[in-house]
Amino acid sequence: MTRQLHFLYMVTNTNQSGASKQNGRTTEYSSPTVDLSESKDAYLLEAEMPGVNREGLEVLLENNELTIVGHRQPENINAELLYRESKPRDFRRVFLLDPSIDTKRISAQIDQGVLKLNLPKAERVKPRKIEVAD
Amino acid sequence: MRLLNFQKPERSVWSPLEQLLTLREEVHRLFESPLNDGQRTTEFFDGWTPAVDLYEDKENLFVKVELPGLKKEEIEVSVHDGTLSISGERKAAESDSSSQTFRSERFFGRFHRALALPKPVAVDNIKASYKDGILTVTLPKTEEAKPKQIEINVS
Repeated sequence: MTRQLHFLYMVTNTNQSGASKQNGRTTEYSSPTVDLSESKDAYLLEAEMPGVNREGLEVLLENNELTIVGHRQPENINAELLYRESKPRDFRRVFLLDPSIDTKRISAQIDQGVLKLNLPKAERVKPRKIEVAD
Repeated sequence: MRLLNFQKPERSVWSPLEQLLTLREEVHRLFESPLNDGQRTTEFFDGWTPAVDLYEDKENLFVKVELPGLKKEEIEVSVHDGTLSISGERKAAESDSSSQTFRSERFFGRFHRALALPKPVAVDNIKASYKDGILTVTLPKTEEAKPKQIEINVS
């Protein structure tokens, strides 16, 4: 039960395909779909952002707020569009991090449009055996 | 235990009329856009339907499919009788007993999209490339399908 609450605190969808105001203009973003898992040492967050590579990726950390923004590579097909299902929007999603995450050691990598964020847990939070003195 | 395709948690206040309105919207959307728009999880389409775009210029047809996180060996592209078929499978991440999944929004498993091509294509010259999670298939049109200028004789 506490696990579930802990998880809810850790990840909040503050921006479901939200818009953000910048320089007086409002940009519409899509919210990338995300998988979240936990291992002994860290949390792993995987976000799908097709069309985004290292150049277009921004990962920002402010206090406990983690923002990921993916700018799609510009369309490289000079042809008439007959039918479109994809959304030509950039991606943005904000997460509220649990304080047990060691923000200094967060690492990110992106491959084939999937961003993998490794969020290591702070040392003091990991389960530890405590030696009992004689 | 693995969470499959976790739906958004219900809001704490249940308003029966709102449920009906949502149902109406869903049915409306079902008829407006017969193909799933990748991002939303609707109850009518379960399973993975990646978004597909279709372009045409004088020489080629282009098909773009959003398929992030795959390896090219996991994707199959084929053309048969004027229909382009794209399918494949994304294996779920190996769950070692030490890791626990909290939230699973991404799809995994098999996917399949089929597209009726509006013009005949030269099957032997079809090319496909996979970059940044987007598969781009270039299908050159057959000579007969390309637009031709016809000379007018005035005598």
